[in-house]
Amino acid sequence: MNKLDTNKQGAPSSMSPLSALLGKIKADWQVYVLLAPMVIWFIVFLYVPMGGLQIAFKDFSLFRGISGSSWVGFEHFYTLFEDENFLRAIQNTFVISFYGLIFGFPIPIMLALMFNEIHHFVFKRVAQTIAYLPHFISVVIVAGLVISFLSPTTGIVNLTLDALGFDKIYFLTNPEYFRAIFIGSNIWKEAGFDSIVYLAAIASVNPSLYESAKVDGATRFQMMYKITLPTILPTILIMLIIKIGNMVEVGFEYIILLYQPSTFETADVISTYIYRVGLQGSQYDVATAAGLFNAVVAFVMVYAANWLSRKYSSSSLW
Amino acid sequence: MSDFNLYSRGDKIFGYANMFLIALFVLSTLYPFIYIAAASISSGFAVSSGQVVFFPKDITFAAYDKVLSDVVFWKSYANTFFYTIFGTLVSLAIIIPGSYALSRPQLIGRRYFNFFIAFTMWFNAGMIPFFLNLRDLDLLDSRFGILIAFACTAFNIILLRNFFEAIPKSFEEAARMDGAGDFSLLWKVFIPLSKPAIVTVALFCIVARWNGYFWAMILLREEDKIPLQVYLKRIIIEANMDDEFASTLLSSSYSFETIVAAIIVVSIIPVLLVYPYLQKHFNKGIMMGGVKE
Repeated sequence: MNKLDTNKQGAPSSMSPLSALLGKIKADWQVYVLLAPMVIWFIVFLYVPMGGLQIAFKDFSLFRGISGSSWVGFEHFYTLFEDENFLRAIQNTFVISFYGLIFGFPIPIMLALMFNEIHHFVFKRVAQTIAYLPHFISVVIVAGLVISFLSPTTGIVNLTLDALGFDKIYFLTNPEYFRAIFIGSNIWKEAGFDSIVYLAAIASVNPSLYESAKVDGATRFQMMYKITLPTILPTILIMLIIKIGNMVEVGFEYIILLYQPSTFETADVISTYIYRVGLQGSQYDVATAAGLFNAVVAFVMVYAANWLSRKYSSSSLW
Repeated sequence: MSDFNLYSRGDKIFGYANMFLIALFVLSTLYPFIYIAAASISSGFAVSSGQVVFFPKDITFAAYDKVLSDVVFWKSYANTFFYTIFGTLVSLAIIIPGSYALSRPQLIGRRYFNFFIAFTMWFNAGMIPFFLNLRDLDLLDSRFGILIAFACTAFNIILLRNFFEAIPKSFEEAARMDGAGDFSLLWKVFIPLSKPAIVTVALFCIVARWNGYFWAMILLREEDKIPLQVYLKRIIIEANMDDEFASTLLSSSYSFETIVAAIIVVSIIPVLLVYPYLQKHFNKGIMMGGVKE
C-alpha cells in the first residue's frame, strides 16, 4: 500500500533490514497495539497449555509442578493402551460418531430440500423458526427433557407404554439404548439448524433452470432430484468432509449429563474418559496423555479432511 | 408463489405431502416444549399419573411459586446475566481490535498471525492442561476467570476479520486523507460499517455464555458464583435438592417433575425473548463465516 508516506518517515534504503522493520512497525504502531491483547490472550490461554502437554510424558504432581516433575517417556501411553476402558472409549467414540453421521447427516439435507418446496410463505417462515429453536437450548435442558420423558416411573414414554400394556423400559440405565437416545436427541436438537447451510446453497440455484425444466414438463419431484440436489452436492460433500474430520468431537458435555456407570459400556468416549480420570480422579498425567492422543487423532483427521476437500472440490475449508 | 395453480395434480399432491411431513417434523420439535409447559402448570399427581399429554390438568402455579422463592435460583439467574453481559463485552473488546489488525495489509507477518489464530481450531491442548493452566493463573473459583478464559474463539475472529477485509478501500482512504490513525479508523469507520457482523459475533458469544455449563461446573466452587446452567444441572440431572426442599414435595400440589418443568420454562424464557432477534442475524453469520474461510 502506498498510503501515508506523507506524514510518516519511511525507512531510508540505506538502513539495515532490522531498523527498516522497526521503522515500519513504528509507522503503524496502532495496529500492533490493537493486535496485542488478542495475541497475549491466545498465548496465555491456548498456547501455554500446549506447553503443559509435556506432562503426558512426566510423572506429574501438583507439588512439584510441571518443570519439577521427572520424565517417564511413554509410560502413560502404555498404561492407557493396556486399559480396557480406554480402548473401549476409543471404540465408543468412533461408533457413536459413525452412527451419528449415518442417521444424522442426511436429515438436514432432506429438511432443506423440503423447506425449499414449501411455497406458502408464512407456513415456511413459521416452520423454519420452530425447526431452528432447539439449537439455542442448552444441553442441560435437553438432557433434562430426555430424563423427564424417559423416566421409568413418571416419564410420558413409559406411562404410554404402560397404558398400552407393555413393560416399562429403563431407558437410561440400559446400555443398549444409550446410543439411540444420544443420537436421536442430538438430531432433535441440531437437524433443523444444520439445514441452514443447505438452504443457503439452494438459494444460489439459477431460477432459469427450473423455468426451462417446467417447459419440458418436469414434475416438482424431478426438479428437486435433478436440479436442486446436484447443485448443492458440493456443499453436501464439504459438510460431509467437515463432519468426518470432526468425528473425534462427540458432544461430551452432553454425554456426561446422560450417561451413568451402568451405561459406560456404550456411552464412555475419549473425552468423558479424560474428564473422569483427570478432573474427577486427579490423575492429571495419564489424562493428559489421553488428551494428547485425542488431539493428535483429531488433528490428523481434520487435516486429511481438508486435504481431501482441496483435492475434490473447488473450495478448500480454509 | 402465484404460479401454484399451474402445477399438475401430481405436483399438488407432492406439495401437500411435503407440507404434511414438515408439519410432522415441526410438531415433534415443538412437542417437548408443549409438554413441559403443560406439566409446569399441572398438579404433581396429574403429571406423574400420565394425565398430562398436551394440555395442563388441575391447573396450579405451585411449582412456579416454589421455584421463584428459591434464593439460589435467583442468584444463579443473576450470575448468568452477569457472565453473559460482561463475558460478551470482554470478548468483543479483544476480538474487534484483534480482527481489525489481522485484516490490515500493512501488518507485518500477517500470514503468521492468521495461522497463529487458526491453528487453535485444529489443535488444542485439551481439558487437563487448560485446567492446570487456569489453576496456575489462580483463576479457579473466580468470576474474573470465567469472564476472561473463554473470551476468544478462532471462528469468531475469522468471521469478523473476513468482514473487515471486505470493506471497500475507498472508505479507508477518505478517512486517511483526514489524517485518521488506526484507532480512529477502527472506531469511526470500521465498527459503524460492520454492525451486522459485530452483532452476529455478539450473539454467538451471548448464546455460548448463556448455555455453557461445563467449565463453570468444573471451575466454580462457591455456590454464590454458579450460573443458571450449573444450578439446573444440580436440580434436574442430579436431582439434588436440599432436604427442606425435598420434604415439602410429599405434601404439596407440586412434585419433583412439575418443579423441573417450571425451572426449564423459566430458564428458556430469556432465550425465547431474544430468539426472533437472533434468527434475523444468524443466517447472515452462517453465510459470512460458514463453510468457506
